[in-house]
Amino acid sequence: MRPLLRRAALLVVVLAALWGIWEGWHWIGTQFKLTWPFTVDDVTMPHLHRIVQALFQPAQVNGPWLLTILWHASLFTAKESIVGLAIGGVVGFAIAVVLSQSRLVERGFIPYIVASQTIPLLAIAPMVVIGLGTKGVTDWVSVAILAAYLTFFPVTINALRGLQSADPRAVELMHSYAASRWRILWKLRVPASLPYFFSAFRIAAPLSIVGAIISEPAASIQGGLGGAIVNFNQYYSIEPQELWATNLIAALLGITFFSAVVIAERAVVRRAPENVA
Amino acid sequence: MSVVELKNVTKTFARGNTIALQGIDLAIEAGEFVSLIGPSGCGKSTLLRTIGDLIQPTSGTIVVNGKPAQQARRDRDYGIVFQDPVLYDWRTVAKNIALPLEMLGWDRTRRAKRVQEMTELVELTGFEGHHPYQLSGGMQQRVSIARALSFSPALLLMDEPFGALDEMTRERLNTELLQIWQETGSTIVFVTHSIAEAVFLSTRVVVMSARPGRIAELIEVDLKQPRTQETREDPRYFELVTAVREALARGGADKITEEALVAGDET
Repeated sequence: MRPLLRRAALLVVVLAALWGIWEGWHWIGTQFKLTWPFTVDDVTMPHLHRIVQALFQPAQVNGPWLLTILWHASLFTAKESIVGLAIGGVVGFAIAVVLSQSRLVERGFIPYIVASQTIPLLAIAPMVVIGLGTKGVTDWVSVAILAAYLTFFPVTINALRGLQSADPRAVELMHSYAASRWRILWKLRVPASLPYFFSAFRIAAPLSIVGAIISEPAASIQGGLGGAIVNFNQYYSIEPQELWATNLIAALLGITFFSAVVIAERAVVRRAPENVA
Repeated sequence: MSVVELKNVTKTFARGNTIALQGIDLAIEAGEFVSLIGPSGCGKSTLLRTIGDLIQPTSGTIVVNGKPAQQARRDRDYGIVFQDPVLYDWRTVAKNIALPLEMLGWDRTRRAKRVQEMTELVELTGFEGHHPYQLSGGMQQRVSIARALSFSPALLLMDEPFGALDEMTRERLNTELLQIWQETGSTIVFVTHSIAEAVFLSTRVVVMSARPGRIAELIEVDLKQPRTQETREDPRYFELVTAVREALARGGADKITEEALVAGDET
């Protein structure tokens, strides 16, 4: 109970500090008419209480609360992101396993895997959405695949390192049992790679949300957080707090994903306490 | 019949043109406890690994249990223990011990029964569910020994297994190892750099010299069995320790140079 209380207290303190910094800067900025690094007013930095308030007000006349709209948008984007993360995780790990089998293969393919990440998602989104659309794939699945395109990369790079991290003497031990390549992979290299895999997954989880949000407009999806962001972008000069509120919810979704990975990691990975990253 | 038979075994490492082993002839009989001792860089670990077919010799023949070393490895004829326990930290003690049994395709019940016998043998009953990081260094090494013995190999290869332990733990594990050796009747090839340990444990000590790594002398240890704490106070024990020390000196242990260490064929 006590550690839980301490955590709650920490959360309150950090939130209060962030609130203080935001409002403090807002106050200084308006008081002294700061124009550097940006002009501070209610459009560039709406009051935090107005952002929170906006969540509990209808976004349109007689419509539901903004929070209700964003809740449904989050669920939709979460669905895309989870599927994207799963595809990215499986494909990313599979690529790492293939690359780990030979240094030559690794050296040959790594440059293209790195290059794949220099192509912006926006540039390939139309191809994937339209290309898969002609095959009858639903839009949100295309978005999930685009999110996977972003998430497989850290998984591949880290899992590869993990697969190669096995103690050379542990490999010798497996040879002394006349273990086949696949047995060494399954009994030694894969378990040894799990901590690395989860480190990558912590990065990949929020990344999958970013991927989904960016790809939604390309797929003309209105119902997700990406659609909401595009929508509120257009009204920013009048209602800045609505975009800020959307960002807040997107951030909460990212934190939720990250925490879910941490919990999964604790359940799966056993290692010495001093090695816990 | 010899359990291990090496004939004119030579090993050269391409890198640096190091001659790790030169013209090694050695026969080890069933039930023997043979220690390999020598200065760093004398190739004693390399020799052990060639017996286990983890390294292949450049020339010469190695016969283990009457067949080529590679076939013996494929038949899982030996168990191996390294200087570090090399335990899988995601596996419990029980599952670490059961690792070779899984490789041999034993079913769950048979594995569990053997793991129980093994934990009793190395006095780790009650720690089956622990993970390696929860154990002391000595306990971890006992798990490693239990794992090597779990599938009852007739031959046990040990590469400085107690080298990283403190003196007291080391002496206790020495005694335990001798008990296990007598209970199981296995043959043990034991690499060490401790003269006292070699004499206390062995029936025969192989003194090696460095650059190139070769056998300098063979010393029979005629101390009576079973060995106990009193063995360490036996005048004959001191004579043999002196004999090994002098053999090492003659073999050039005093000429160990940095070069020999840099050659680095020990690990």
